[in-house]
Amino acid sequence: MKAAPTHAAAAAEFLKDSERSHWHDETLWHVRSKRDVSAQKIPEWEQLRTLASQIKDHVLSNLDNLLLQFEKKAQANGIEVLWAKDAQEHNEHVLRILEENQVKQLVKSKSILTEECGLNHFLEDKGYDVVDTDLGERIIQFNKQVPSHIVMPAIHLKKKEIGDIFHEHLGTDAGADDPKYLTEAARQHLRQKFIQAHAAITGVNFGIAETGGFVVCTNEGNADMGTHLADIHIACMGIEKLIPRAADLGVYLRLLARSATGQSITNYTSHFHRPRKGKKMYLILVDNGRTKQLGREDFRNSLKCIRCGACMNTCPIYRRSSGFSYNSTVPGPIGSILSPGMDLNKHSTLPFASTLCGSCSDVCPVKINIHEQLYKWRQVITKEGPPQVSKRWAMRFGGQVMSKPRLFELMGKMARKSLSISPRGFVYNSFNAWGKHRELPEVPKETFKDWYRKNRNHDK
Amino acid sequence: MKVGLFIPCYVEQFYPKAAIATLELLEKAGVEVAYPLKQTCCGQPMANSGYEVFGQGASDLFRENFAEFDYVVCPSGSCTLHAKEHILSNKEGEPKLYELCEFMTDVLQVKELKSRFPYKVGLHASCHGLRGLGLARPSELMVPDFNKPLHLLEMVEDIDLVHLARKDECCGFGGTFAVFEEAISVQMGKDRIQDHQEQGVAVITGADMSCLMHLEGLLRRDKSPIKVMHIAEILNGQEPDK
Repeated sequence: MKAAPTHAAAAAEFLKDSERSHWHDETLWHVRSKRDVSAQKIPEWEQLRTLASQIKDHVLSNLDNLLLQFEKKAQANGIEVLWAKDAQEHNEHVLRILEENQVKQLVKSKSILTEECGLNHFLEDKGYDVVDTDLGERIIQFNKQVPSHIVMPAIHLKKKEIGDIFHEHLGTDAGADDPKYLTEAARQHLRQKFIQAHAAITGVNFGIAETGGFVVCTNEGNADMGTHLADIHIACMGIEKLIPRAADLGVYLRLLARSATGQSITNYTSHFHRPRKGKKMYLILVDNGRTKQLGREDFRNSLKCIRCGACMNTCPIYRRSSGFSYNSTVPGPIGSILSPGMDLNKHSTLPFASTLCGSCSDVCPVKINIHEQLYKWRQVITKEGPPQVSKRWAMRFGGQVMSKPRLFELMGKMARKSLSISPRGFVYNSFNAWGKHRELPEVPKETFKDWYRKNRNHDK
Repeated sequence: MKVGLFIPCYVEQFYPKAAIATLELLEKAGVEVAYPLKQTCCGQPMANSGYEVFGQGASDLFRENFAEFDYVVCPSGSCTLHAKEHILSNKEGEPKLYELCEFMTDVLQVKELKSRFPYKVGLHASCHGLRGLGLARPSELMVPDFNKPLHLLEMVEDIDLVHLARKDECCGFGGTFAVFEEAISVQMGKDRIQDHQEQGVAVITGADMSCLMHLEGLLRRDKSPIKVMHIAEILNGQEPDK
C-alpha cells in the first residue's frame, strides 16, 4: 500500500511559496479577528458556548430517540426520509431520486457532507452535470479542486487567479479581477443554472427533532434560489446535525456566523418544514462512521461540531499550511480529530500537525476539547497506526533515560560534551532537523545540578 | 510550607541560569525551597509524541521525588501542565503543583519586586501556560482580562513592555513538533519574532524556556541582537547577556 503523504511534507511544500503562505495566514487571521470583535459584543458569549455544548451533549446521549422523533415529524410533514449507513448508500439514494423523478439538470448548494460522500464524482460518472451554486464552490469546481476550507472553500485562491478561472470558464475579460465584475458574471451564469434545474441538493445545518424541520444557512441565498425554483429538494444531513427543539436554534445561530466570519448571522437562514404543493422534499440521514465515532468515548465530542470553521481560522498551522495539506474533506484541527476515525492509516499524521496550543478548543463555539483529542489520537495512532520504528525506538530510549536519574546525568554530560567538542558540520548534519534553520542552545559550563551541589548542597 | 523545585530536563542541562533565578526568586520571597537531586523529566516529550507508555518511568520518578512536599513549583507552564494532567491527580495529600508565575501571584501573593530591568521587552505567551494553566486570558475567551506573568513584569522597575500585534499566537515549538513538522515550526517562530522585532524589543521573555529555546535558535542563526530570557531572570533582576 502506498503511504499517504504526511502533513509535514505537504506543509513544507506549501511553505516554499512564502509569499502565498504569508498571505494565507494573514487572510485567515483577519477572519479570526473579525470573530473576536463580533464575539466581544455578546456579554453572554461564554454562557452561550457552554449551553451549546450541553445541548449537544444531550443530543449525543439521546441520538437514537431524537432521530426517530425527527423522522416521524418530518414524515408527518410530508418529507420523504431516507437513511444511509455510508457514503455509497447516500449516493445511491440521490441517484435513485434523480432517476425516479427523471431529473436532468440539478444544482447544489454547499454541503461538506456531500464532499465527504464524493457525491459530485459519483453523479458525474453517471452522466449528470452537477452545478455547485455557492460562489466559492463553483470556483473550485471550475478549477477541479476540493474545498480547502469548510466555510470558505476557495480561500486558497487569490482574486487574480479567480479572474483567470472565470476568463477561461465564463468568458470574462482577460486579466479582470474586480470582485464586483466577477461576481456579476457568476450571478448571470448561475441564474441560468437555477432556472433550468429540476432538482436542488442542499446540506443541512440543523435538524430540529421537535418539528421535523431543518435549517440551511448560506450567505448567498443560493440554497433558497435552488430549492424555490426546482421541483425536487434533496437535503443531505449528517445524523449529528440534530438539535432537540426549535427553541435551541437561537443558541446555535448566534454562535455559528459569529464564529465563522464575525457576521451576526448568515445572510440567509432558511427554515424548511414541508414540500410546497406538487413538489417533493427528500431528507437523507447519513451515518458514514458517525455512530462509530459516537461509540469512542474519548472522541464522541467531536460530533458536536457545527462546521463554523473557527478552529481553522485560528489554527497557526492551518493558516500557514492551507487546507490541502490535510488531505481530508474536513481539514484543520476538527478534521484532524474526525478523519482518523474514518481512516486511521490515511490520516495518521494529522493529530501530529499541531503544537497542542489549544486555541482551537478555546475558539470552538460548542467547546469541543479539540487539542485534548489530538493528544488522545496520538496515543491511539502509535499503537494501531502505521509503524514508526525509529521514532518509537527514540521515545523508548528517551523514556528509559528519564526514568533513571544517574543515567540521565551521564547522558546529559555526554551530550553536552560531544556538542561542545564536535565540529559544527558534524552537529549540523542533514539528520538534524532542528539545526536546519535554528542554532542549538549553547552548552553552559555547568548544569543546574552541578551548580546546586556547589552552592546549596543541603543534601550532602 | 515545604516547597519542592522541579526544573525541566532541558533547563537543567542547557539553561541553568533560568533555574538559578527561579530558586533565588523563591528564596528572596522567604520560601524554603528544596531541589530533589534525583529528578529528571516529567515525561511530556514521550507522551506528546504518542508514547505516554514510555513516559511512565519518568512519571513514577516524579511522584517519588516530590511526594514529601506541600507544593511543587516549576518554571515552565508546559511541564507543569503535563504533570498536573498526567502525573498528579490533585488528590488529598498529594503536593500541589504550580508554575512559577502563578505560585508568585496566587500563593505568595507577591506585591512588589526589588528588581530593575531598563530594556524594551516583549512577553511571549506560551500556550500551555496560557490556555492550559490559565496564566492569562487567552484572546479567544470573552472573559475579564487578566495576565499573571505580565502582572509580575509590571512590578519590575524601568521595564518597557511592548504590545504585540498577535499577543498570544503560538511560536511553533510544540516539543517534537519542532522536528517532525520542521518547516511550519520554523515559519511560526519567524513570524513570532517579526512581531517582537516590529515593536523594537531588546529581549523576548516568557514563562517557558522551551519556546524561548526555539526562538533563540532562530535569532542566533539570524545573528539578531534580540536576546531571550526566562521571566524568572528578569523578575530576579538579572542583566541580559552581552
